[in-house]
Amino acid sequence: MSFDFSVVWSYSQLLLTGLLWTIFITVLAGSISILLGIVIATTTLYGSRIASLPMRGIIFLFMGTPLLLQLYLLYYGLSQVGIMLPAFWTGVIGLGLHYAAYNADIFQASLKAVDPGQMEAARSLGFSRGATRRYFIIPQAVLTALPQVGNNSIILLKDTAVLSVLGISELVLDAQRAISETYRPFEFYFTAALLYYVVNLAMEFMLSIAGRKTEEIR
Amino acid sequence: MNQQKPMIELRQIRKSYGSHEVLKGIDLVVPRGKIVSIIGPSGSGKSTLLRSINMLEETSSGEIWLDGQQVNRPLKGRVFEKHINHIRQEMGMVFQQFNLFPHLTVLQNIMIGPMRLKGLTKTAARDRANALLAKVGLADKGQAYPARLSGGQKQRVAIARALAMQPKVMLFDEATSALDPELVEEVNQVMKQLVSEHMTMLIVTHEMRFAAEVSDHVLFMDGGVVVEQGDPRQILSNPIEERTRVFLRKHLSN
Amino acid sequence: MDFQLMGQILPFMAEASLLTVSLTVYSLVIGLFVAMIVAMGRFSSVKPIRWVATAYVSIMRGTPLLVQLFIIFFGGPQFGLDLKPFSAGVLTMGLNIGAYMSEGIKGSIIAVDKGQTEASRSLGFGRFDTMRLFIFPQAAALMIRSLGVNTVILAKSTALVSTIGVVELTYSAQRFVTSTYKPFEVFAVAGAAYIVIVGAILLTVRGLEHLFDAHRKAAA
Repeated sequence: MSFDFSVVWSYSQLLLTGLLWTIFITVLAGSISILLGIVIATTTLYGSRIASLPMRGIIFLFMGTPLLLQLYLLYYGLSQVGIMLPAFWTGVIGLGLHYAAYNADIFQASLKAVDPGQMEAARSLGFSRGATRRYFIIPQAVLTALPQVGNNSIILLKDTAVLSVLGISELVLDAQRAISETYRPFEFYFTAALLYYVVNLAMEFMLSIAGRKTEEIR
Repeated sequence: MNQQKPMIELRQIRKSYGSHEVLKGIDLVVPRGKIVSIIGPSGSGKSTLLRSINMLEETSSGEIWLDGQQVNRPLKGRVFEKHINHIRQEMGMVFQQFNLFPHLTVLQNIMIGPMRLKGLTKTAARDRANALLAKVGLADKGQAYPARLSGGQKQRVAIARALAMQPKVMLFDEATSALDPELVEEVNQVMKQLVSEHMTMLIVTHEMRFAAEVSDHVLFMDGGVVVEQGDPRQILSNPIEERTRVFLRKHLSN
Repeated sequence: MDFQLMGQILPFMAEASLLTVSLTVYSLVIGLFVAMIVAMGRFSSVKPIRWVATAYVSIMRGTPLLVQLFIIFFGGPQFGLDLKPFSAGVLTMGLNIGAYMSEGIKGSIIAVDKGQTEASRSLGFGRFDTMRLFIFPQAAALMIRSLGVNTVILAKSTALVSTIGVVELTYSAQRFVTSTYKPFEVFAVAGAAYIVIVGAILLTVRGLEHLFDAHRKAAA
């Protein structure tokens, strides 16, 4: 049994680059998951039945099967139908879609929870139904959903590790590169875990600040 | 003789939920610049009547007129939407539960209607909002979020929000019913100020004394019909109908 | 859609799902055990024990399961911990989901606790009896729900064990895809298998909830 963390230091550049990619992927996939989540939630609640039924089915499928399986399907399936997308974008989109389903579920609940008096107040001023949703209902629902959606984004951060399986450069894949040269799996995976943990804590901290801000509004 | 059309006129308004009829043919006239109050027990249909004037409640039959235009025109789809959105801009509504927009500041609550619906510039809307806030005595609360305000303050902001649309008439739906007793007066003061400015108002309330003080005309509703109406002093001190007497005895004693 | 292919791979996928199910079940057993110990630790009267339990939950929930799996499977031998892929998978997932489940247990107990502990202690019951007789029976229904949610998450996360060579559902599917080049057919079968497993978990949870509800109503 021997540990040698000094070897990690000489790969710090590689690991930090990997970390930056991990953060970048989290931001990209997180944004997709939130925006798409809102779109899915609003079309399932407000859209026609023809649009909403398949959406509900898709949410169910995304929530009922593993992320890795969905990533593989996208990875092999897209090329099968002739769409050539770099692995990086396949991964980002797959991750974004997966969490869009989870976020849509939350947004649906928070849209339904907005006080019906809000609709009446806006309508009585002369706002149309669509404008009322846009200016009053959806912004409030997004604010109430924020803590849970933020939590999903933190879970998403940790699931970016799964993209290494598709050969996408991020923290885990870069750790593996270092390991293949040094044969020190424990040291590098441990360091990677530590870096994830730090970003995780930072995200939790930001979320608690944002939560305190939205608390004032309620 | 006054040749002007009344500001609000209701003709034979009926409304049913299934087989239960809550409004049984109501006629009502609110002349320009006058204050009309509707009193009555809960479940009498008075709030439903008020809310049906700007079509927050749909009526089964009858006609609703605002300043010479029919509110409930038999239009469909988008055409109706456009019509009703326009009509609603001319009627200010104040709710029992305030219904301020919690994600907007007080100032934004007041500005958003004039900006989005009347095309006012941000500066013009802000000037109007600030003037109205000063009028309701809340000049220093513009940047606060509604959650930080007391019930009385919220309701005064709600009145300012409705006035910002420069409506032809103000509808008050139990505006002070949700307030703690010590906060009622500050809202009543604002309403009295509107009276002195000759704003046309239709008030649904359970505060008999306030109704008597400010109204030109009072209606007593019960069971979906207007039981009695007339001069406020006469209705409140010397009602003709037995139902009115029973109701007033219960409500004026406390 | 090549339905013939789907029929052909079905028996193989069924076998692979058995492995997915056993990964889930073994991990669940370890997870429940870990969760109970950690939850007890978080209510301990000894401060350092509380700290250790809290730190455990924070670290397990704050780092990726995949990295935890690699630390144990690839890094373990450096400690002399040389596990087979299946065992490494079950151990990691148990330790990981245990942290999540302990949070659910803690949350359910806190949700019930208001006033109940004071009432029970004022009658002279000890801490342990209070928990056993009053808090736990009331918290059980809440706990089952959160344990159910976590078991669904666990079942789906078993797919990660494919990366260290356990031939469960996802690995089998991937193998069939590379040999047949029919991703939609193969992943449809695998996805359906996961949906069946997840559905079975949800039904079990609902059944248990009914059982506890009936139990409570009968007792009341």
